[in-house]
Amino acid sequence: MSTVDSPPAPPTRTTRAAAATADYLDQRTGVGNAVKEFARKIFPDHWSFLLGEIALYSFVVLLISGTFLTMFFVPSMTEVHYHGPWAAMDGVQMSEAFASTLRLSFEVRGGLLMRQIHHWAALIFMASIVTHMMRVFFTGAFRKPRELNWLVGFTLMILGLLAGFSGYSLPDDVLSGNGLRIADGVARAIPILGSYVSFGLFGGEFPGVDLIPRLFTVHILLIPALILALIGLHLLMVVLHKHTQYPGSGRTDKNVVGYPLFPVYVAKAGGFFFVVFAVIALMAATMTINPVWNYGPFDPGVVSAGAQPDWYMLFLEGGLRLMPGWEFVIGQYTVSMNILIPGVVIPGLLFTVLALWPFIEAFATGDKREHHVLDRPRNAPFRTAFGVAYLTAFLILVLAGSNDLIATHFHLSINDITWTFRVLFFVAPVLAFWITKRICFALQRKDRELVLHGHETGRIVRFASGEYIEVHKPLDAHERWLRVQHEPRRPVEIEPAEDSRGVRRKGYRIDAARRRLSKVFYEDRIEPVTPAELAAAQSHGGHDALPLAHEERHEELTAGASGSRHLAPEPEDTEGTQGTQRH
Amino acid sequence: MSTHHDPSTDVTTRGDGALPERFDDPGLHEHRARVGDSDPKANKRAERQVVVLFTISILGTIGAIVAYALVPPGETVGTMRLSNLLLGLGLFLGLAGIGLAAVHWAKALMNDHERAEDRHPTASSDSVRVKAVEALREGAKDSAIGRRGVLKGAMVTSLALFPLAIAVPLVGNLGGGWDVSQSKRTMWRRGTRLTIDPSGRPIKASDVTIGSAFHVIPEGLEETEHPLNEKAKAVVLMVRMDPRDIKSEQGEGWSYDGILAFSKICTHVGCPVALYEQQTHHILCPCHQSTFDAADGAKVVFGPAHRPLPQLPITVDDEGYLVAQSGFDSPIGPSFWERLT
Amino acid sequence: MKALAARRHHRSAPVVLLLLALLLTGAVYAIAQPASADAAQAAASESDVAAGQKLFQANCATCHGVSAEGREAVDGGAGGPSLIGVGAAAVDFQVGTGRMPAQMNGAQIQAKPVQFDDEQIAQLAAYVASLGAGPSIPSEEQVDPSKGDAANGMALFRTNCAMCHNAVGAGGALSQGKWAPALTDTTPTHIYEAMLTGPQSMPVFNDANITPDEKRDIIAYLDEQRDGSPGGLTLGSLGPVGEGLWAWVVGIGLLIGASVWIGAKSS
Repeated sequence: MSTVDSPPAPPTRTTRAAAATADYLDQRTGVGNAVKEFARKIFPDHWSFLLGEIALYSFVVLLISGTFLTMFFVPSMTEVHYHGPWAAMDGVQMSEAFASTLRLSFEVRGGLLMRQIHHWAALIFMASIVTHMMRVFFTGAFRKPRELNWLVGFTLMILGLLAGFSGYSLPDDVLSGNGLRIADGVARAIPILGSYVSFGLFGGEFPGVDLIPRLFTVHILLIPALILALIGLHLLMVVLHKHTQYPGSGRTDKNVVGYPLFPVYVAKAGGFFFVVFAVIALMAATMTINPVWNYGPFDPGVVSAGAQPDWYMLFLEGGLRLMPGWEFVIGQYTVSMNILIPGVVIPGLLFTVLALWPFIEAFATGDKREHHVLDRPRNAPFRTAFGVAYLTAFLILVLAGSNDLIATHFHLSINDITWTFRVLFFVAPVLAFWITKRICFALQRKDRELVLHGHETGRIVRFASGEYIEVHKPLDAHERWLRVQHEPRRPVEIEPAEDSRGVRRKGYRIDAARRRLSKVFYEDRIEPVTPAELAAAQSHGGHDALPLAHEERHEELTAGASGSRHLAPEPEDTEGTQGTQRH
Repeated sequence: MSTHHDPSTDVTTRGDGALPERFDDPGLHEHRARVGDSDPKANKRAERQVVVLFTISILGTIGAIVAYALVPPGETVGTMRLSNLLLGLGLFLGLAGIGLAAVHWAKALMNDHERAEDRHPTASSDSVRVKAVEALREGAKDSAIGRRGVLKGAMVTSLALFPLAIAVPLVGNLGGGWDVSQSKRTMWRRGTRLTIDPSGRPIKASDVTIGSAFHVIPEGLEETEHPLNEKAKAVVLMVRMDPRDIKSEQGEGWSYDGILAFSKICTHVGCPVALYEQQTHHILCPCHQSTFDAADGAKVVFGPAHRPLPQLPITVDDEGYLVAQSGFDSPIGPSFWERLT
Repeated sequence: MKALAARRHHRSAPVVLLLLALLLTGAVYAIAQPASADAAQAAASESDVAAGQKLFQANCATCHGVSAEGREAVDGGAGGPSLIGVGAAAVDFQVGTGRMPAQMNGAQIQAKPVQFDDEQIAQLAAYVASLGAGPSIPSEEQVDPSKGDAANGMALFRTNCAMCHNAVGAGGALSQGKWAPALTDTTPTHIYEAMLTGPQSMPVFNDANITPDEKRDIIAYLDEQRDGSPGGLTLGSLGPVGEGLWAWVVGIGLLIGASVWIGAKSS
């Protein structure tokens, strides 16, 4: 408990200085209001809430390391000849961008470290965004009032993709240059406007001399500015809405249970920034990333085996690899479906569903309440299964994008792999959906089983009559609450199509569609145990003497007709089951 | 164990008067004390651990600075690797020390009593809303916007249009000369010699043995105004096979005694399609695995490409060097809307 | 005997005997294996050609024909191309890397433990060379990495080799289960010979396409790759896919571990 209140210590020099500073600031900014409001704000505690912080801190690392790099990188495509310590590039003609990257890597002390920190941080930034998004999705944290924050986060993910792509294209090497060539090819496939989009991006024909300087501006100014603004909005909304919390004893939609910002989260979250930075630094110290000196300066006639973009773009790459060569001509005009489908249609579809998911789910549930307590994923089987199916589709595309590496590592035919993934892209998500939904139901049934019958203790008791039963230990109130607190989700009830006078009412169509959707979501369901069900279970088997509202404790050995018999634990065991801690 | 009660789709709740419909929230857990809260020695130990961690950080930072001064990247891979490693490890320790110290402090020493705080509904209260609406209404009345439709329309139109004054010059200048038909033309002409990439040596037909693959650029590439732009359209892959293996070509007499030349820019999305499998005569693009049969007019046999690689008609000049008969007869590279116009 | 057998019979006797038999077989095999020594290439002589012919008849004729004229693979039987004119270089490469004698019919014939010693390989090479003029085995000087220009080598490697073998020779995929092998463990001589003779799917890079000096430059470039990377571990030089995998496994793995530690209650 808190320490006994002692009389305040006499002011030291430091405290007096601090007080003077605080007074100075407050008189000019009124900062006291903010301090009062935020210093002891409560935030809930769970490790999965730190995933978003990984994204935030890796972005800060990107800013810091990126600033270092801008001091030495030259975003120009002017051709120069390299003369420096790297023998394999001596005298070679290359763009200034590439040459300055080599200088950064080999002559600037700590330059290679900063380059590697920057690139590892970028990969981790995107990976943590995806992980954080998964946590938010599977716990239903996007529900009202956080739908808008979901959209902000989604936009941040897209901006992250663009930031990464523009960033790794800056050194103007063969690998990223071929990525730009592919981007040009995809742009050209856009009907009517394609050639103009291509010329607009590259300032004329590919590769031109304008692209790297333009990408530089996009990468260090435009996108980071947008990302910073949206991060600010993202965090502002977290503070405004207060953070969500996992279900548990004492946690409701009307409170937030946790620890104060100052000092606990200042220390934990602040410390976590250093941990994130440290992990990135460790990786940069020991693991090579993007060795552009091996790829060489960009040349449109050169390509290397293992030509892939960074991992977060692999879904596009995989789509391009899997799509069969479908192209048709209307009159004199060419429409390249083999590029438009994997490049525009499929990602457009997938991302639109992802972005709009909170609204789709809200439509299906008709739920207009605020939600601040998270869902356990098993309690939202349709959503969880859908999310897993969605991730499966993405995973298939990512694997398809790596098909040549899979072929070399596992000694398989790349053609067979491509065909397999073509089929799996459609089959695997369906399978994943069905399996995940079944797993959720199974877990829900297990929860019900636990609540109704308690933990299996492994103690076998033999009665004089010769029967054997296993003793079950009932759940304490905290354990039980975790498993029964969720609201059952049922398909929406809608008013009948016609009113009492037989007149078709307006808005019935939408309601009917909503009911259909909601049945797909929620017709199959398992509901949480109610007190009545628990009482019924007890009266049948009478195995755990859980004190209920009105009943007395009863211990019995019922040789009941329904055949389930559980010995009541010893009276001492059941003493005060409410409010004590049990494991 | 037995399931005397089928739990699957049981929906109806029994609104029994005596039993509540749902379970009650048991309230917050009781606080569980840490070892360090009751044992001052454990507490002191935790404090010492935090101090040690901060110290490790200080040493790490110093190490990084020392490494910066004393271990330059040098001239060899080994020295560069060492410099990177030492600087990086120093930085790692400098950061990890602080992070671990802060977290350990929070977990082991700081007050760990859970507290609850009330949430307020996100929406503003009814009275505030009323006042807000009232404020807007008053402001609208003061603005005299009234029922002035033309005024509103003019305002909206001017605001919507003014960004164009910046956007149009910006976008308009992006494309350089906007001569998009350039993509349909390459620098190959009648008589242009085929040369080796990157040295630029011309190639004699007699030097090309069966099973060879030559990576070809047109003569005079380096002297053009934009060599890379031209190269991006003009690179060619030249192979030789037994003439009896050739099943079809894109034009009569376009090959020379089993030597065939094709555009090296993939007709899918533009990567250099550079892999040649000598035995199957297949040309493979490493980006998305489009496969073209060089013996059969570079037709697509697998993968996402749709059109064959355009063939460059070749012959030899009087000195025996390989030359182009003409340029390509169709635009090279990826398809685009107006490709056939 | 019965009494002896009865005394000897222990439950684990069969197992022990089996293990001993396996050990014995392994030992005999190891001893009887022809050792691969690295002797210098001997100059071809009459006796070499004759010895080579004997070896050829015994090990190669089944697929390549009695006089190396080639054999069609008929009815699932073995076949092989004509070796007349392939030259000593081809033989030195194929037999020296263990690809020949071919044992497995997969998508591609792969390198495996070398079956002949250097003297035998030289004899086979001499015999095949005697059948028809073809590329010869390069000299020490021709394949000496220290005499090559790695910068020029890299430029050539990028244009001619990287698309199959990967930017640093880590290997890559071809169609239908074929592959371009990693070059990290290939000797300079074998690299030279492979370029010259174009084994299996690999194109032929004759001396007009890539001159002997340029071939040496390429060897110099590949030799430099053995120094590793200045950035730390190479992670197999597989490119962004490998890097992405490690970012998830090491980066996100460590960070989730740290998150769990931070979120857990202290004892």
